[in-house]
Amino acid sequence: MAFVGLCDCNNFFVSCERVFRPDLERKPVMVLSNNDGCIVARSNEVKALGIKMGTPLFQVRDLVKKHNIAVFSSNYQLYGDMSARVMNILRQEVPDIEVYSIDEAFLNLEEMPLDTLQPFARRLSARIRREVGIPVSIGVSPTKTLAKIASKLCKKYPKLQGGCLMYRKQDVEKVLATLPAGDVWGIGRRTNAKLKALGVETALDYYNMKQAEVYSLFTVTGLRTWKELHGEACIGFEDVQPDRQTVCISRSFAKEMTTLEELDAAISTFTGKVAEKLRKDHLCAQQMSVFILTNRFREDAPQNYQIKNTLFEVATDDTLEMSERAAQCLKQIFRRGYAYKKAGVMCTRLVPKRGVQASFLDTIDRDRRASLMDTIDAINKIEGNYTVRLASQGEMDQFSARTMTSRRFTTNWDEIMEVKI
Amino acid sequence: MSKEAELAEVHAGFPSPAEDFMDVALDLNKELVKNPSSTFFARVKGVSMIDDGVGDGDMLIIDKSAEPWDGCLAVCYVDGEFTLKRYVNKGDYALLMPANKAYKPIRVDADNQFAVWGVVKYLIKKM
Repeated sequence: MAFVGLCDCNNFFVSCERVFRPDLERKPVMVLSNNDGCIVARSNEVKALGIKMGTPLFQVRDLVKKHNIAVFSSNYQLYGDMSARVMNILRQEVPDIEVYSIDEAFLNLEEMPLDTLQPFARRLSARIRREVGIPVSIGVSPTKTLAKIASKLCKKYPKLQGGCLMYRKQDVEKVLATLPAGDVWGIGRRTNAKLKALGVETALDYYNMKQAEVYSLFTVTGLRTWKELHGEACIGFEDVQPDRQTVCISRSFAKEMTTLEELDAAISTFTGKVAEKLRKDHLCAQQMSVFILTNRFREDAPQNYQIKNTLFEVATDDTLEMSERAAQCLKQIFRRGYAYKKAGVMCTRLVPKRGVQASFLDTIDRDRRASLMDTIDAINKIEGNYTVRLASQGEMDQFSARTMTSRRFTTNWDEIMEVKI
Repeated sequence: MSKEAELAEVHAGFPSPAEDFMDVALDLNKELVKNPSSTFFARVKGVSMIDDGVGDGDMLIIDKSAEPWDGCLAVCYVDGEFTLKRYVNKGDYALLMPANKAYKPIRVDADNQFAVWGVVKYLIKKM
């Protein structure tokens, strides 16, 4: 039997903050989204208070005060670096890993003998905790879907010491009986609603369905998950990096914006960032949306939400073309007399750059523009972000409304730890 | 020699006599940071360790994973603050020894919020 591991960092953003704030160990901590709007990470203590993921901060202000919850703005520079440290250790210990997200990676353990797996997972977990300071849960199973479930067990049972091997049929069935079907990797909200209607509540109920029935109801994707629960590996390594469906950049502003000029600068900056992301992933967009909205939590102010979609004849990743178009969109949707709190640019209908259909009506010399964009990206990479930018573009940070950010302890010399002696 | 070969030779120029001895330039990171995953940097503020040569504004290279040993220069977390002292384990309690006559040793035991956060591997001073 070949095994696969999943290493998941426990409450990752919270754990990153705690490395530099040991006093917050076992205290309630939460981290907010990029613009301090919603809760994106919670410590176990916060989860125990019944505060849900994605809740807007203002809805839980009283709880924050009452339970003295430590609240942080998101510090992605720090989280990114801490993630790289964890991944480095994983790579040292397992030659073949697949980084699945900032806080998760699959480990290819097929070469390892069965009796070494459990101690290995525990030792690796302890090593990451000791060296980086981040607690992780490593689940080991015959399939990726089961490994995810095994890693969840580590979080539930500290006795497992961060490493859990799960493969025996009776063990798997016992665990699946306690797990809601919707918590299984690959079972989405829609599938789950369908399952509920059929009376399928737990993962074990799903596991016990007939193969043919699963296939007829949920086609090949549902069947894949079902087979994976039965220990048959269907999701290989590097199989699960779905192409990006959208690229979106949006921010809440620290101060509301009332003029077209202010919003123009913001939209131009976001568009530049979106285009850069597209180029980095070798994608082009066929559609772009520009949106602006007022503060929906301010009942005293007039409300306005506007979105404008626009199509590109030839799918594009060109900052100049996209910025010009975004500015036109903004002009059409901007209304005087409203205080805009948030704006964003989103690209959809993405296609791989290599597959872009040319048009003979195209007025842009794509090759020359592409080399201009490459040059800009290269300069910005070496000299720092925003060295070269459109005159209308601002710096991303000026549009962030983060107020409770910890230091960038590991990526900025001016913000390294301070030791009082 | 054919015309083409002759031209190629001219264009190629002389091979560098150093080519066979090429080495990678010295890299302080490689020398001072043995394990990047567990290495953190910190800036010192204060004078309690001045007799050990650790002064205000110096930079510390800390290994978070190192097991502290008696007398090591340790970054400790005591009651809400990071501090740098010589760490002495006394079993039931620990002593954090300053290196400045004006300061007294700090005694920490189960009543304190205390942890050795990391061990100092190198000290960088600006001259």
